[in-house]
Amino acid sequence: MKRDSKLYGTLFLQTLKLSAFTFGGGYVIISLMKKQFVDKLGWMNEKEMLDYTAIAQSSPGAIAVNAAILVGYNLGGVLGALVAIVGTVLPPLVILTAISYVYSAFMSIKAIQYIMLGMQAGVVAVICDVVWGLTQSIWKENRYVAVVVALLAFGATAIFSVNVMLVVVLCALFGAAMYGRGEKK
Amino acid sequence: MIVLELFWAFFQIGLFSVGGGYAAMPLIQEQVIDKFHWMTVSEFTDLITISQMTPGPIAINSASFIGARMAGIPGALIATVGCVLPSCVIVSVIALLYKRYSSLTLIDGVLKGIRPAVVGMIASAALTMMQASWFADTLASVGGVDVAAVLIFAAAFFVLRKWKPSPILVMSAAGGCGLLVYGLLDLLGKG
Repeated sequence: MKRDSKLYGTLFLQTLKLSAFTFGGGYVIISLMKKQFVDKLGWMNEKEMLDYTAIAQSSPGAIAVNAAILVGYNLGGVLGALVAIVGTVLPPLVILTAISYVYSAFMSIKAIQYIMLGMQAGVVAVICDVVWGLTQSIWKENRYVAVVVALLAFGATAIFSVNVMLVVVLCALFGAAMYGRGEKK
Repeated sequence: MIVLELFWAFFQIGLFSVGGGYAAMPLIQEQVIDKFHWMTVSEFTDLITISQMTPGPIAINSASFIGARMAGIPGALIATVGCVLPSCVIVSVIALLYKRYSSLTLIDGVLKGIRPAVVGMIASAALTMMQASWFADTLASVGGVDVAAVLIFAAAFFVLRKWKPSPILVMSAAGGCGLLVYGLLDLLGKG
């Protein structure tokens, strides 16, 4: 593909559009990316997209941003990656900045306070539901070891206020030592 | 220097949140509430709620919101850049390794170790938010427990497990229930 201003323009608009209309996190944006970039625009094939998904998930940071970096770099090098990042980050940046300016004024309205109290209870339920689902999937993947690690991490952070980054690093080392050396599946 | 603190806090959040979505939540909580006291647990729960209803990843949403709140538009920009920067470097390196070796047993192993811990830490963050929601001092508090919040939570959790609707729908309904219950209590209290 020719790396001209038209390509960067399209890349910017495509990532901007995807990001602006994606509600509900990384996995949603990956499936939209597949539809748009693989099926419609033919920028990459399905295999590449699967690889990108794997890399986006295994790297630190937001999945949507990671995927945008990969797609952008693949199409237009370093500049392409930067363009894709800006396109992906711009919608949440603008929207949440605007919200932060009106938040305090908004929260002084009683009706809004009541709605937010209800929503706080609702979002806790949503997160508990997510934890439930995730627990099932780690159970399937690794049974007792996974559940013990999850419980230890829960206890360490909830009861003993152990630093979250320390837990991540320790578990990464544990995973590398335990599973990282075996033969390829 | 608040701007430097914002950058550094969100740089660490970007660097250590592996697995996307809610994985960033415990890290944001640690930096933003416990370490720098930039917001309360209740405001943080509001932020997560807003993140659910607006586009974009939770980490980026939080960086923009908190950055703007603490230091205006420059704050939002710098916090967001800090959050994205680790990804830029690490994704490139992993992509390079991935291309060369195609299957990465080591990275697979690392992820296998981190994933369960992330679940445990999300649960721990959820517990903090649950305490803030259930034991808040509101119009529906009986003996320190916000009965309305507990009931809305129970109903929402049941509906989510049973019919698996969109979270946005559930939260909107929870907001409606909140308006109804607390609004009625408010009216009754006045009358």
